[in-house]
Amino acid sequence: MSTPPLLSVRNLHTRFFQDEGTTKAVDGASFDVRAGKTLGIVGESGCGKSVTAQSILRIVEPPGRIVEGEILLTRPNGTRTDLVELPANGREIRSIRGGEIGLVFQEPMTSFSPVHTVGAQIVEAVTLHNDVTAKEARARGIEALRRVGIPKPERRIDEYSFELSGGLRQRAMIAVALSCDPNLLIADEPTTALDVTTQAQILDLLRNIQRERAMAIMLITHNLGVVAEMADDVVVMYLGRVVEQGKVDDIFHDPKHPYTKALLQSILSIESKPRVRLPTITGSIPHPFNRPAGCPFHPRCASFMPGRCDSAAPALQPLGEGRAVSCFLYQ
Amino acid sequence: MTAQPTPVVETAGVKPVLLDVRNLKKYFPIRRGLLQKTVGQVKAVDDVSFVLRRGETLSLVGESGCGKTTTSRCILRAIEPTAGQVLLADGAGMVDVGHVGKRKLASLRRQMQMIFQDPFSSLNPRMTVFDIVGEPLLVHGVGNVTERTDRVVELLRLVGLRAEYMRRYPHAFSGGQRQRIGIARALALNPHLVVADEPVSALDVSVQAQILNLLLELQETLGLTYLFVAHDLSVVKHISERVAVMYVGRIVETASTEALFATPRHPYTEALLSAVPKPDPRLRSDRIVLQGEVADPANAPAGCHFHPRCQYAQAVCREKVPLEEEIAPDHFVRCHRARELSLRGVALPTH
Repeated sequence: MSTPPLLSVRNLHTRFFQDEGTTKAVDGASFDVRAGKTLGIVGESGCGKSVTAQSILRIVEPPGRIVEGEILLTRPNGTRTDLVELPANGREIRSIRGGEIGLVFQEPMTSFSPVHTVGAQIVEAVTLHNDVTAKEARARGIEALRRVGIPKPERRIDEYSFELSGGLRQRAMIAVALSCDPNLLIADEPTTALDVTTQAQILDLLRNIQRERAMAIMLITHNLGVVAEMADDVVVMYLGRVVEQGKVDDIFHDPKHPYTKALLQSILSIESKPRVRLPTITGSIPHPFNRPAGCPFHPRCASFMPGRCDSAAPALQPLGEGRAVSCFLYQ
Repeated sequence: MTAQPTPVVETAGVKPVLLDVRNLKKYFPIRRGLLQKTVGQVKAVDDVSFVLRRGETLSLVGESGCGKTTTSRCILRAIEPTAGQVLLADGAGMVDVGHVGKRKLASLRRQMQMIFQDPFSSLNPRMTVFDIVGEPLLVHGVGNVTERTDRVVELLRLVGLRAEYMRRYPHAFSGGQRQRIGIARALALNPHLVVADEPVSALDVSVQAQILNLLLELQETLGLTYLFVAHDLSVVKHISERVAVMYVGRIVETASTEALFATPRHPYTEALLSAVPKPDPRLRSDRIVLQGEVADPANAPAGCHFHPRCQYAQAVCREKVPLEEEIAPDHFVRCHRARELSLRGVALPTH
């Protein structure tokens, strides 16, 4: 038997119980993250990509709750732990979060504390997960900043996050995430708030770090260009469900699900011809309280089959190696 | 007081000029200390000139802090320019928007309207769609209630919204629909010039294309002229006829969209084009990754502002500010080495 994937998410359901009703933020998502590879999770707003990441880290805020499913993490000793079973604030999940699984968020401004120096925050992460002295922790912090390409790290470590530019702040964020040698880095829209030339620098950095350490990356983004550049495997989500998954080349060159096809046709590319009408997906993403019955994409789908797509939700159907699609066209 | 009209120069076969920006500057003072002494200046816009012809779309593109938004605000005179002229066609001549009196400015503003970036914060949540779209009419005293209602109905249809929705509040609409409301408001006074500042960057990918298609259609049917401000090169490519690339307060290159993307002549344009991730895994490119960061406009490097990050920089680039030159017909560039360099563009689709 081949080695199990680093992380397996199985039939994950995360819901938010509000006065207005229940939001099915994640509705039966399943996928694997392979060790040392990059999984891209793409989708538009409200597709549940960020809540999926929060569920893995067990930081879903109430009234949100994981109601069903398994999140299996392969530990350094080879055993697998179901993160859903762990107590939400217990010792074990806290050692995994920020230790075995590192995190990078979209907004580097709000993810740092403005009243502590960058160094204090790296040192905190290092001492929390390792048995080291304060001096060693500081040395490790400086080393971590140097590795992510921050100039003069001995000085930068004593600065506050607001003294750094957007690009440097995101590098510092990555340094914090890497300071404990994670096996998996979850990056939630890591370059969305950055300019294109800075984005190129950060993507380059992530790629180099991955090559050096054989670390897996779960890259959450709405930008299909970033996914095409970075990912080995891709999961496409729509309204809390995985609609399609596969190798990056298959997703971009042989998309199966009507949503993936329409999304790829409607994106703007700098390679396309100027000033031509683009094909669009009709309508807009429904409000989560107004979730369509059956397949959630059916009101916008070009291949809608009345009586079938609006009555039941299609299951994720495997189609060859690493490939799966949830659509009645393939069942 | 009205400014003296400058005669319009018309060449046969060329569309008349609607907007002529000449040597526009906007410096913000940096004040320090108890007495708020001016200790320096942020040169947000530093000697920007361009021409916009009737019915065309020009995009100002650049990274954050390059001065593209400040330029557009000076043109609308939402802020006062420090120096330079903003000439807008008015009747037979051109008037300088920067130097007209209040009453003249009010009438000029009917001709130039704005579409904003964030459809969530640019619509007042306490006003109905009717009030929002009808407000420009009310402000400028156009028509009575019935006429205004008819106009709002017409505008909503024009942007693809149902007129029945006009008594609803913005919260009832999705991001794309809200942006349509913002567009309807901008069109209420039949403007000639529409300034759109990042109109699709807050929208989902599948909705961006809808809004851009709408903007292209409206331009065709109403003969609008767009000044488009954006950071996303794929959006810019989709909507513009000409593109001006800005870097730290200066326009470094202006050309037709085809020429700029296929044969860029400024190293910064080349790097920008190369930095955009292409949505095709088979094109994982050998990208040009620029070192360092965008220069601080309060303390910009001497000579060409781009030289510390430019892989082609030479001694002259550190000393002399490059002047704008027309390197090919209608292709302007500010680079000392533009004539000798051969830079990489983006291949046009073969299919």
